[in-house]
Amino acid sequence: MTAPLLSFYLFSAVILLSSLMVISSKNPVHSVLFLILTFFNAAGLFVILHAEFLAMILIIVYVGAVAVLFLFVVMMLDINFTKGKENVLQYMPFGLFIGAVFVCELIIVLINSKLDLANIQILSNPFAKFSNMTNTQALGSVLYTDYILYFQLSGVILLVAMIGSIVLTLRDRTGVRRQIIGEQLERNSSSTVLKEVESGEGVDI
Amino acid sequence: MYYAIVFLPLLGFFIAGLFSFISRNKIIDTASQIITAVLVSIVAVLSAYVFFVHINDHSVTHIKLFDWIAVGTFVVSWSIYVDPVTRIMLVVISSVSALVHIYSIGYMSHDNSKPRFMAYLSLFTFAMLALVTADNFLQLFFGWEGVGLASYLLIGFWYNKPTANAASIKAFVVNRVGDFGLALGIFAIFYLFGTLDYSEVFQKSADLAVGKSDLSSSINFLGYEIGSLNLICFLLFIGAMGKSAQIFLHTWLPDAMEGPTPVSALIHAATMVTAGVFLVVRCSPMYDLTPDILSFITFIGATTAIFAASIGLVQNDIKRIIAYSTCSQLGYMFFAVGVGAYGAAMFHLFTHAFFKALLFLGAGSVIHAVNDEQDIRKMGGLSNYVPFTHMLMIVGTISLMGFPFTAGYYSKDAIIESAYLASSGFSSYAFIIGLLGVVMTSFYSWRLIFLTFNGPIRVNEKDIPNIHESPNVMLLPLIVLAIGALFSGFFFKDFFIGSGAESFWGHSIALHHHDHHHIPFLIYYAPMMLGFLGLFLAWYMYLKNKTIANNIAKLNEPLYQFLLNKWYFDELYDFIFVRPAKMIGNFFWKIFDGYIIDGFGPDGIAKTVLILSNRAKKIQTGYIYHYAFAILIGVSLFITYFIYRSF
Amino acid sequence: MIQLEQFLILSSLIFSIGVIGIFLNRKNVIIILMSVELILLAVNINLVAFSYFLGDLTGQIFALFVLTVAAAEAAIGLAILVVYNRNAGNIEIENINSLKG
Repeated sequence: MTAPLLSFYLFSAVILLSSLMVISSKNPVHSVLFLILTFFNAAGLFVILHAEFLAMILIIVYVGAVAVLFLFVVMMLDINFTKGKENVLQYMPFGLFIGAVFVCELIIVLINSKLDLANIQILSNPFAKFSNMTNTQALGSVLYTDYILYFQLSGVILLVAMIGSIVLTLRDRTGVRRQIIGEQLERNSSSTVLKEVESGEGVDI
Repeated sequence: MYYAIVFLPLLGFFIAGLFSFISRNKIIDTASQIITAVLVSIVAVLSAYVFFVHINDHSVTHIKLFDWIAVGTFVVSWSIYVDPVTRIMLVVISSVSALVHIYSIGYMSHDNSKPRFMAYLSLFTFAMLALVTADNFLQLFFGWEGVGLASYLLIGFWYNKPTANAASIKAFVVNRVGDFGLALGIFAIFYLFGTLDYSEVFQKSADLAVGKSDLSSSINFLGYEIGSLNLICFLLFIGAMGKSAQIFLHTWLPDAMEGPTPVSALIHAATMVTAGVFLVVRCSPMYDLTPDILSFITFIGATTAIFAASIGLVQNDIKRIIAYSTCSQLGYMFFAVGVGAYGAAMFHLFTHAFFKALLFLGAGSVIHAVNDEQDIRKMGGLSNYVPFTHMLMIVGTISLMGFPFTAGYYSKDAIIESAYLASSGFSSYAFIIGLLGVVMTSFYSWRLIFLTFNGPIRVNEKDIPNIHESPNVMLLPLIVLAIGALFSGFFFKDFFIGSGAESFWGHSIALHHHDHHHIPFLIYYAPMMLGFLGLFLAWYMYLKNKTIANNIAKLNEPLYQFLLNKWYFDELYDFIFVRPAKMIGNFFWKIFDGYIIDGFGPDGIAKTVLILSNRAKKIQTGYIYHYAFAILIGVSLFITYFIYRSF
Repeated sequence: MIQLEQFLILSSLIFSIGVIGIFLNRKNVIIILMSVELILLAVNINLVAFSYFLGDLTGQIFALFVLTVAAAEAAIGLAILVVYNRNAGNIEIENINSLKG
């Protein structure tokens, strides 16, 4: 039992258990926390696979941004605890059955497929090329040169997501006073300078 | 000239037909009447001329017009074939038709659709002329169907009357049964001989009978071997039975009296119903080769004669009495044909046309006089009001009963004598029936006269002041017909059945020589005696002692009802044919078409589509997790399939 | 020595758990979004495992992009959820069954 193997089993067990808890927990906050646990362990798995950069990015982006975002929304929306619906039990057996079938099938396919890994000839970015640099450096050397297009595109996707979320959730509150710079700038003296006003009388502005 | 004879009535039909679309225009009405009457009168004059010119030389004129069907070796042409038989028919048809046209000018003067009536009359005349001038069976069939059509149109002329509609349909349908037999016969002729030309068919059938030809002399039908000639002649006779209202296919004739009286006179007395007789006489060379069928014809004809006469004894509608009389006289003609006396049959056809048309038109005159009343129990004593009509009806009646030296006397006697002299199957039966029929004929004819014209007036009170003699335009045809009824027998008997017969007929019909001089004295005078007996009985029962009739009826109530209800034939046919046909039709309509075909077809499919789509609608729940579940199931199925495929 | 198959089995298990989470969930919509994250995680593990065992860096690059897109999609999804909650008052899954907003 080597260290990688042991840690693999450990990490996988925790992943599986916590993902089960994600979907079956009653409290949504607990679900999010279990999700965070799942991600951490997945990052551990990535480290085993010599993908350190990706592991750290998983933690920073996924856990630090996405999961926290989930938490924000859960807390903001004030979701009630589930009321324990009865009809869940009605559908669960059939659903579980289908799910089990699905899992078994995937596993059957996996076991019976013949992956001849040793003789794959064409590799786009073989490890051998990056044997003298760190994982981060390796990724960087490829990302900004060969895959620059996809990099830019993912940037555009993120831009769109940002703008999209703002557009979706923006609402005009009434009664909010804001500065309208354009109007301020085009103001002229005739509309700002006050004239003689009689005391006791108002003036239309 | 022959073209004119055949096609002038067609021209009249077209002109009057076109005029009939313009309604209620006095000028158009009069014009259509005059034009059609004149055209048919021209045809009558021409036919008479043709008849008299060729009266002694039995010549045959054969004009081929053009080919109708020409397929391989099968050629059928439109043609005008005029031999002595045709000439007789031409005279009968055209003269009676012309007189009826003229009569209709007066009789239909109050009607709204005069041009249509004249058009139909001319159409009928054309079809009948096409029938008799045919030289092949197909043109005969065309004319046959044409007269059936014209009969339907004319019986149902007053189409707003439901009884008239029903009667016209009944006539057409019953005729159809006969026509079906005729069509089968024509098919059999073609199947056997390969041609429909008269001369060729007769020649080949003669060869077949003596064994000279190589055609099969028997046809295998449903497993039975039937003599081919027998089959053909039998089927042709079925057609004749339908058209000439013989027993079993007679039910349409009394109901056909729903049509206007001129129609009854023309179609159901003189011409259309004689088409059957004409057919059998025309095919006499073939019928002479099938004695069995001739016996059958004798039997049917004789039975019809007595059957119709028995019903006519007790009827109360003036036109129906005369209709049954027609039916009976046609039976006489047919049994004359059956015993081989074709000449006598044609002679009787000739004279019968005159006096029967006279009787019908006279009855029409009477009906016109008493304001459309047709029940003779509601007439009586009209001799003082319509003396002229009375006299003419008496002329017709004495001719019908066979008063000496009238036309009917010669022709009827000829038939009865032929029946006596013949020795074919059923000829003695026919003879006895013929004699009985004479008594009955005379009885019911005089009963009609006495009840209508003599005795106290039983007419409806308010109609009495209006009883008037018919206008001259209606009386003139009656006079012409009366002359024919009285004198046509005396003048023409030699040509038809006497010494000049051979030179008259030539080879057009099969002539049999019966020796007329060896008839016993009693038989010679029997018909005349029996006629007078009938007259006496009628006089006694209806003028002298008026209660006897009712007493006899009451004593024999079942028999009286049986005769009054026409031997219950209509009810029998209704039970056997009409009701099952209705049930079958209803079944196919409601259940088969409605339930099965519609149910499993369009309606059923539509409903099923609706039901299924209503159920399918429920799959679209709107819940994402349902959709995801469905996707998962689909993926699982796919993977299962591929796993099993790779195993 | 860890075999590739073990990673693949693990990845498919996580994937299935994510899918089951989508259609077995009766609570609220957030669970659906989290299940989607689980699915994407499973795919990522798959990619990186292949990258290691094939000796190819492409897997890791692809996994990076998947990460990016997952983040973007989570953001948009949550934004929609927030707006929906604003309008409907709750995010119960039973009420979300018509296209009409």
